Amino acid sequence: MTAVSMTVNGQHVSAEIDPRTLLVQFLREELRMTGTHVGCDTSQCGCCVVHVNGDAVKSCTTLALTCDGASVTTIEGLAKGDELHPMQAAFRENHGLQCGFCTPGMIMTAVELVSRKGTNLDEHTIREELEGNLCRCTGYHNIVKAIAAGAQAMGTAAE
Amino acid sequence: MYEFAYHRPGSVAEAAKLAGDHTDGKLLAGGQTLLPTMKQRLAGPSDIIDLSRLDDLRGISVKDGVVTIKALTRHAAVATSAEVKAAIPALAELAGMIGDPAVRNKGTIGGSVANNDPAADYPSACLALGATITTNKRAIKADDFFQGMFETALEEGEIITSISFPVPEKANYQKFRNPASRYALVGVFVAKTAGHVRVAVTGAGASGVFRVRDFEAALEANFAPAALDGKSVSASGLNSDIHADAEYRAHLITVMAKRAVAAAG
Repeated sequence: MTAVSMTVNGQHVSAEIDPRTLLVQFLREELRMTGTHVGCDTSQCGCCVVHVNGDAVKSCTTLALTCDGASVTTIEGLAKGDELHPMQAAFRENHGLQCGFCTPGMIMTAVELVSRKGTNLDEHTIREELEGNLCRCTGYHNIVKAIAAGAQAMGTAAE
Repeated sequence: MYEFAYHRPGSVAEAAKLAGDHTDGKLLAGGQTLLPTMKQRLAGPSDIIDLSRLDDLRGISVKDGVVTIKALTRHAAVATSAEVKAAIPALAELAGMIGDPAVRNKGTIGGSVANNDPAADYPSACLALGATITTNKRAIKADDFFQGMFETALEEGEIITSISFPVPEKANYQKFRNPASRYALVGVFVAKTAGHVRVAVTGAGASGVFRVRDFEAALEANFAPAALDGKSVSASGLNSDIHADAEYRAHLITVMAKRAVAAAG
């Protein structure tokens, strides 16, 4: 067992873990934060996307020990109390989900996308940036609409 | 995943010592290939030497017509680097085509080159641009570095520290992706320097990345897509799998090479 400590959604956490522990296992099984999902477990589907020091990464393909000292944000860290993050609200308003399993990863990918490419996102950019996030229900159409609207709302919220 | 002992060295020298002491261990850079391989139990290293704290192995510089990218520089950083875009735009574009955004936020150039996956993108850029791979021990020409599928000139305890790319006159990379994995079914990197042209192919060869001398000679005489009319690579020695058979890959090599020449201008 090896000691690890990091900041998750602003809270300092530490534990003794098996070195094999993946970041997603640490979040779900150690911290019992189950908002981050495991879909394919082969770094293709993007259900497990979280932010590590601001970068969107696949937490099923990251060792928890590599994140020692890092700042991690998960889907649980986006809302302010009862107030949804603008990207979460946009997914609800635009019906950007059906079963909802991929949604945490979609939203974490979308929020990081806005941090890199701004709040005015065209459809082509959004579809290209969703290359690593799979949805088997929606056909993506409403997800793309939700991300465009959520990005705009993030711009408005920041003003 | 099989059990392993975990190490997180603070310097290249310490990492090299650990790698030399634990010859059944593996160096962990971005982990975007190694970790999936370990999860599938296709690899079971005794030790993981996590390079994530070697911050002096990150960064990009351009000097005297050479772009030098340190080994732990992530694909996202290469893809968005203003310096790389200005000096060798094809290299930035190649980096932006690897995997997906989350993979590009973790995967590193050194990891990709050291792994030498036969369908990886960077080996084609190294070979076509005539790159030099610098390690903690020596400098290795790309022509000597890639030695077959997942095989390189790296020795035990040897760690890539940077890769240097001479700036060409023109270059372009064209990739025909597997639509699911995003790996190259065929990727062709064409680079033109003063009097010379190099064409490197990834994704197709059963022994990994390779140069097409016949195409290079034709393009040195006339750097235009038409110079490759009627030219082809033999299908023997190319990969055949459920995604594409060897004949199809052979056909694609000519098509992608022509596109790369046209796009290079």
